[in-house]
Amino acid sequence: MTHVATSPRFKENAHAALADPELQNALKFVEVNLIQRRRDVVDRLPEFDALRDSARDIKNHTLAHLDLYLEAYESKVTAAGGHVHYAVTADDAKAIVLDICKRLGAKTVTKGKSMVGEEIGLNDHLEANGIVPIETDLGEYIIQLRHELPSHIIMPAVHLTKGQIEADFRRAHTNLPADRNLAEARDLLTEARAILREKFLAADVGITGANFLVAETGTSIIVTNEGNGDLTQTLPKAHIVLASIEKLVPTLEDVAQMLRVLARSATAQEMSVYTTLSTGPRRPEDPDGPGEYHVIILDNGRSSMLGGDFADMLRCIRCGACMNHCPVFHAVGGHAYGWVYPGPMGAVLTPSLIGVDKAGQLPNASTFCGRCEEICPVRIPLPRMMRSWREREFERHLSPATVRSGLAFWAFFAKRPWLYGLATSLASRLLALIGSRNGRFRWLPLATGWTRYRDFPAPQGATFQAQWKARGTQRR
Amino acid sequence: MAGPPKRVGLFVTCLVDLIRPSVGFAAVKLLEDAGCGVEVPRQACCGQPAFNSGDRATTRAIAEQVIDAFAPFDYVVAPSGSCAGMLKVHYPELFRGDPNWLPRADAFAAKTFELVSFLVDVLGVTSVEASVQATATYHDACSGLRELGVRAQPRKLLGSVRGLTLTEMRDADVCCGFGGTFCVKYPDISNAIVGKKAANVAATGAGMLVAGDLGCLMNMAGKLQRDGNAIEARHVAEVLAGMTDAPAIGAAPPAASASPPHQPAPPPTTPLKPPPAPGAAS
Repeated sequence: MTHVATSPRFKENAHAALADPELQNALKFVEVNLIQRRRDVVDRLPEFDALRDSARDIKNHTLAHLDLYLEAYESKVTAAGGHVHYAVTADDAKAIVLDICKRLGAKTVTKGKSMVGEEIGLNDHLEANGIVPIETDLGEYIIQLRHELPSHIIMPAVHLTKGQIEADFRRAHTNLPADRNLAEARDLLTEARAILREKFLAADVGITGANFLVAETGTSIIVTNEGNGDLTQTLPKAHIVLASIEKLVPTLEDVAQMLRVLARSATAQEMSVYTTLSTGPRRPEDPDGPGEYHVIILDNGRSSMLGGDFADMLRCIRCGACMNHCPVFHAVGGHAYGWVYPGPMGAVLTPSLIGVDKAGQLPNASTFCGRCEEICPVRIPLPRMMRSWREREFERHLSPATVRSGLAFWAFFAKRPWLYGLATSLASRLLALIGSRNGRFRWLPLATGWTRYRDFPAPQGATFQAQWKARGTQRR
Repeated sequence: MAGPPKRVGLFVTCLVDLIRPSVGFAAVKLLEDAGCGVEVPRQACCGQPAFNSGDRATTRAIAEQVIDAFAPFDYVVAPSGSCAGMLKVHYPELFRGDPNWLPRADAFAAKTFELVSFLVDVLGVTSVEASVQATATYHDACSGLRELGVRAQPRKLLGSVRGLTLTEMRDADVCCGFGGTFCVKYPDISNAIVGKKAANVAATGAGMLVAGDLGCLMNMAGKLQRDGNAIEARHVAEVLAGMTDAPAIGAAPPAASASPPHQPAPPPTTPLKPPPAPGAAS
């Protein structure tokens, strides 16, 4: 079972998020720190914009020839002693993972951070089959303790404050002294590391995601800042890589370029602390490494995006910069979006993956301020694609009846400028008359969404066009 | 400027037309002062509400009408980055793949400009004849900033207004939460965003908030007023044209300053009044 999306209840989710003081406090970190740090690190690299163009072109090229690169990649993995599995659906991917785990008699699996793992609901599936999954990325570990989805694609626990995490650790780690000091972030980190160290050593299978799959060499690459990925994939009997089809890039040279925009956009680093390349299982001369190496390549609807209105979304390298810069994300956080992928990239991708009938609110909940597109390292036109979703919604009559009828009423006049002039002329004079005393309204019928929080200015009097016409008559 | 006067069709925008015609007259003055002949063909809206609601058919019908109405002019100028962005950036997108209309939309887009960028980038205006005693902070409305590159131009011209001091707010380039229909579709979220913006405006201590888009200004002014904040909100065209006699956006006219006690009206400001003291705004 995959996660039940609460995306249809976006408005209710957002309302609750806005009323949650702890969440609002936690979200300030994104808005205040990350944006400035990214700006600083980008400003230090004059060719950053040229690298963005290059990154976009690398991804576009790969996607245009995806079949060829997938085949090349598969043959290289196989030559290195690994196995490539293709999963059309989330269920297929879960079944493949479970088969491998069962064959190896796995009791526990460690996991590096994987958004595809979240997308297919892997942890629930493993648990349902008697296998204990253990998240080893600190943020993922925390949200696993809380039975939550990540609220951000690279900072899964960014919605939490230190105090909340401390409470979770005290609740979960009952074998540790109750009077231990967990006041600082470092204390929390140390405790998690000690607990996870045992898990790494005991795990039968290690599952990671992939930031890139390299066709030239059959290599999968992950970037982390905690080193948990290395321990996850090196120590157990088997390493399973979960990746979606758009992770392919042609060469290691291309990866070098992609990494330069990824780290800066994601965490404002020049390089992530660990960049780990895996090519096949342990070779006879290797001192360590997994006995088996499997790559599961998930489609889950992505191939139908190729060549369509949403193809540009397949360039996404999951840096999270769009959500870091999104005023709506800053206001409501990631959980309000109701599924795995939040923020602007989620507003475009989620309807593709779970249906616009369920996720239609997401592409609507944007001011189209354009900041996400402005900073996207692979130049994805996110607002344009959100608008494309709104068009699909409109065409399929999925948008609310009130919106449709309001729009139709307005359009009737907007398409007839002379009638529009007449109507606005009357409306402006009437509203100006009523509102002349205070210059504004504290309440207006049909505009309570506005006047609940703001005053609305009264018109000055006759419309501009009426005044202009009168002026022209006077001039003559 | 040499040569025959440029024939400019003013796209007044539906909000200015309905709510604040003084912005339209300020735009006319600025264009005429710069040597343009200004005309106003009959018009309604640029179609953006339909476009952003996914109603492409209505948007196209409106766009065709606008392109027709403005065909005779050398230039189309709008006192709004959002509407100008719709005309200049999104009309060609709307007609992509249409061999009849795309060339017309492209030609229309090429001659269309946001007011202040037209003055500075096309006409080469470097200063204006205007004065107002005020400390002002400028908000970069999103479409003008990101679709049309309007950033330095308004600051440059505002810098030439006698008596005006510009002070930058924190996050001047961050959305105010208006977003057209967004603000009524998602009022809670819009309120949270404009709340942060209003706080940033207030923190400058400026007595005046200036921006190039009436929608954003109405949103920010409405929030500041609801919070009991007396900062005046004005369109950049009004300030540049020296037309700051009219009450600020949503402010009571001077004759009717007796407003209820719970709703403090901003003091009516004339160009010769001293600027409000910093902090008076909050």
